[in-house]
Amino acid sequence: MDLGIPLTHYLLVSAILFTMGALGVLIRRNALIVFMSIELMLNAANLAFVAFARSFEQTTGQPVFTGQLFVFFVIAVAAAEVAVGLALIVAIFRTKQTIDVDQLSSMKG
Amino acid sequence: MMQFDPNDLNSILPLVVLLGWACVLLLVDLFIPKGRKGWTAILAAFGLAISMGLTLGRAGQIGSGFRGMVVQDGFSTFLAVLILGSGLLGIALAYDYMRRMGWERGEFYPILMFSVSGMVLMAQAADLIVVFLALELLSIPLYVLAAFGSPRPDSEEAGLKYFLLGAFATGFVVYGITLVYGATGATALREIVDATFAMGTPSPLLLIGAALIMVGFGFKVAAVPFHMWTPDVYQGAPTAVTAFMAVGAKAAGFAALLRVFVLAFPLLQADLVPVIWALAALTMLVGNVIAIAQTNIKRMLAYSSIAHAGYILMAFVAFGDSAVRADAVASALFYLLVYAITSFGAWAVVIALEKKDGRGLEITDYAGLGRKRPALAAAMTVFMLSLTGMPPTLGLIGKFYLFRAVIDAGQIWLAVIGVLTSLISAYYYLRVVVTMYMREGEPETTREPWLDLTWSLAALATVVLSFLPAALFAWASGAILRLF
Repeated sequence: MDLGIPLTHYLLVSAILFTMGALGVLIRRNALIVFMSIELMLNAANLAFVAFARSFEQTTGQPVFTGQLFVFFVIAVAAAEVAVGLALIVAIFRTKQTIDVDQLSSMKG
Repeated sequence: MMQFDPNDLNSILPLVVLLGWACVLLLVDLFIPKGRKGWTAILAAFGLAISMGLTLGRAGQIGSGFRGMVVQDGFSTFLAVLILGSGLLGIALAYDYMRRMGWERGEFYPILMFSVSGMVLMAQAADLIVVFLALELLSIPLYVLAAFGSPRPDSEEAGLKYFLLGAFATGFVVYGITLVYGATGATALREIVDATFAMGTPSPLLLIGAALIMVGFGFKVAAVPFHMWTPDVYQGAPTAVTAFMAVGAKAAGFAALLRVFVLAFPLLQADLVPVIWALAALTMLVGNVIAIAQTNIKRMLAYSSIAHAGYILMAFVAFGDSAVRADAVASALFYLLVYAITSFGAWAVVIALEKKDGRGLEITDYAGLGRKRPALAAAMTVFMLSLTGMPPTLGLIGKFYLFRAVIDAGQIWLAVIGVLTSLISAYYYLRVVVTMYMREGEPETTREPWLDLTWSLAALATVVLSFLPAALFAWASGAILRLF
């Protein structure tokens, strides 16, 4: 099914999402928000992957699995990362009562 | 329909054994009573040893599996042996240390094995999908290990920082892979290189993709300017974990960089060399200069680890030059081996002086070590000399091969920067030696059998192997011949 949306539009949205994610990581100070920004970066990649796979499908006329499959891998791995990441954030919150990354500074030098 | 071929499993047999063993060990650990978790460590070491035996037993074989997604060749064998060895040494260091610090929990060892399997998979990856999976399989357990000293705030902070920056780096790698896929229509390294040759001049999409992948792995190997996490994480994580992380994660990161860039992107040489040049020079400079100001030994070794990533990156400048790249990659592998032996030894000494409450980590705490524990001080001296690159140690041989490869590649100025920064590094490495022998003090040290074995063997290897470097280098070169 071709809705007539060209590849570049998808890529543009994906690039904007990725940039927002990267900026979020650099600018935001709450560990949870930083983490969400990272997820945004991964999903930007997913979007681009699916868009590329579909455009290859249209040019070759054959089903292309690689791109679509990669997205599943990314989603699965991101879920594993969430499990570990949230556990770490909870552990930090218990000891320090804060998840502000600027206050994680017991080490200096 | 694609059929499952049992022969595919053969190509990753050591990995299958390792992962299976780790999963079973997670269950077995439940039945090992608290306080006797040493058994879990011994069982984990057995698993690693078996996997290493299998790897060595199949050393000459070349093969691939899963439709070329993983390969088995000299390169992967060399790195797998190095990584499995790091795993074994990591367990040896953790064995008594984790109990002494009050962090003894059985799941430590299976988690370490998962991380090792990710690193081994990285050495075998011949497809960007596998590179990504291996990267995550090695990183996620490492985040947990770094925070293993919980509830000590240092360790938790180290875990969270490593996690956030590691995941950030993964984002770059994934986006880079996406763009490379978009430019070439493939994720297999062989197909990517075919597609780039068909293209002639590389497209901007491919170039940006390759650059993003490099940024991502730059984080993993701690290259400047992506090194900000390294000192905090190395300092905060349990020292045994730091030792394993410094060697294993670096080896895996360089495995991915070398294989992906040498195999898939040789055509990007002209565009990427200035970038790599700058990265290597900056990494050597920043690592060595900031290390001077450190008073904490873990932090100093962290900056030293950054600096050594810079030295290895130097070899990487020649990745697309078919005349010299075999030597360059061989010298990088050789240097990884040298760094592994030396750095494990140095971290073992750090563990011998570390106290339960986190004291014993300042360089001034090493005062008087030369009188109190002459053998330990002598070993530390050997490691410091080797990290500087002075005779009679492996460090000198490693640097020699590395600088030769860089000069062969025509990068004289990079080699000059390398030599100058090595001279700078002599200042802070030798300061430790001077403190040990010239200052008065009463350092408290720990004697533990596995720990003592690790530092004494590492010191012995650092000195003895430096007299037969040719055989080792031939092994590293043999690893490369199969790569192309």
